[in-house]
Amino acid sequence: MAWTREQMAERAAKELRDGFYVNLGIGIPTLVSNYIPDGMSVQLQSENGMLGMGPFPFEGEEDPDLINAGKQTITELPTTSYFSSSDSFGMVRGGHINLSILGAMQVAQNGDLANWMIPGKMVKGMGGAMDLVAGVKRVVVVMEHVARNKDGSESPKLLSACDLPLTGTQVVDLVITDLGVFTIDKKGNGGMTLIELADGVTEDDIRAKTEGAFTTRLA
Amino acid sequence: MKKVRKDATEALAGLLTDGMTVMAGGFGLCGIPDELIDAIRASGVKNLTVISNNAGIDGVGLGKLLETRQVAKMISSYVGENKEFARQYLGGELAIEFNPQGTLAERIRAGGAGIPAFFTKTGVGTLIAEGKEVREFEGENYVMERGLFADLSIVHAWKGDTEGNLVYRKTARNFNPMMATAAKVTVAQVEHLVQPGEIDGDAVHTPGIFIKRMIHVATREKRIEQRTTRKRGEPAIPPAAV
Repeated sequence: MAWTREQMAERAAKELRDGFYVNLGIGIPTLVSNYIPDGMSVQLQSENGMLGMGPFPFEGEEDPDLINAGKQTITELPTTSYFSSSDSFGMVRGGHINLSILGAMQVAQNGDLANWMIPGKMVKGMGGAMDLVAGVKRVVVVMEHVARNKDGSESPKLLSACDLPLTGTQVVDLVITDLGVFTIDKKGNGGMTLIELADGVTEDDIRAKTEGAFTTRLA
Repeated sequence: MKKVRKDATEALAGLLTDGMTVMAGGFGLCGIPDELIDAIRASGVKNLTVISNNAGIDGVGLGKLLETRQVAKMISSYVGENKEFARQYLGGELAIEFNPQGTLAERIRAGGAGIPAFFTKTGVGTLIAEGKEVREFEGENYVMERGLFADLSIVHAWKGDTEGNLVYRKTARNFNPMMATAAKVTVAQVEHLVQPGEIDGDAVHTPGIFIKRMIHVATREKRIEQRTTRKRGEPAIPPAAV
């Protein structure tokens, strides 16, 4: 047993706080917006130049001038503001965004993150990921615990050191996988700590699929 | 001096030379100066360095300049939507300099504001910082990035008056305002051309000083890259950014 994508998103939503300005990445992080608790005010930032992202438009009401950073058509809210890309990354780099939730290819036990490039394959670019992890106060990674290779084998993604090119060094605060939740002492020497297990998952299951070192302190 | 020109070809007349550097506004296909890109294609100018967040898609926007091999190098943050780009890059025909999106935006802003370089946390300890000066400020490391300044910028605005004061619309603003400031000559295409006084001075996003030439573009269908909708009655869940 393990968590589904929806359960991982639901767990990540517990990191939200009233009044937060949040940037969500593609994939599972996108689903986090489904679990914003009623009554909690959370403004979503789209780094192409918008705060207060609304839902997808109704069919026929798409506006080509209103897209998110994934180039999807979206809508505005009464709270929405628009700004340039330099203002947008000014709020990112300046530490004004409270929380960034994004996916990863690899995370190291010291908080290093790799999620933009696989050498030898087509490189698409890092977009805003390097700016987000360097500038946002708290960085939460949501990802599958292991990578599934084409030959059916599995490769660990929580490592002692990343071997893919880095997106940022010592930037990750929390990792949520389908098997459990880890904190990372990214600025100190506390390393990685397993704090929660997914339903039906044991610490031994996680040890078998984790290359990086961690201690366990379950709540 | 009259800034408004008859069409894109006239607006770019005398400005295009082989090997020049061109900034093009837009994010994805949103807010791209498409008529000016078409005129650059028609001019046949080649060996261009193009600074733009993305590279269009096949056959649309900057994708049109890639098709005709007019681009030698791109400076961008993400180029994942363009197969012709991938083909030319993997074949060694096209160079790419990846910049983190915020670093790219700030390099352009700095270039336009007369700032030759700045320090940022973004990219410290990654490939991006290789060969660049890293300096410590208050116990944290920052990498030095250079300002960018082009020979020509082309931008798209929603509304402009004949003085060149521009207003952008929604997320079509993106890189356009900084690029308007960061070139020897900036040419704007506007959807609505109005007389001075018709734009409230408080509402101007780009002051006319930055715009040397401009054209009025007739309404044409704007392309949508990822058409996402919901059915009536579905819960109104906000989607996320990348």
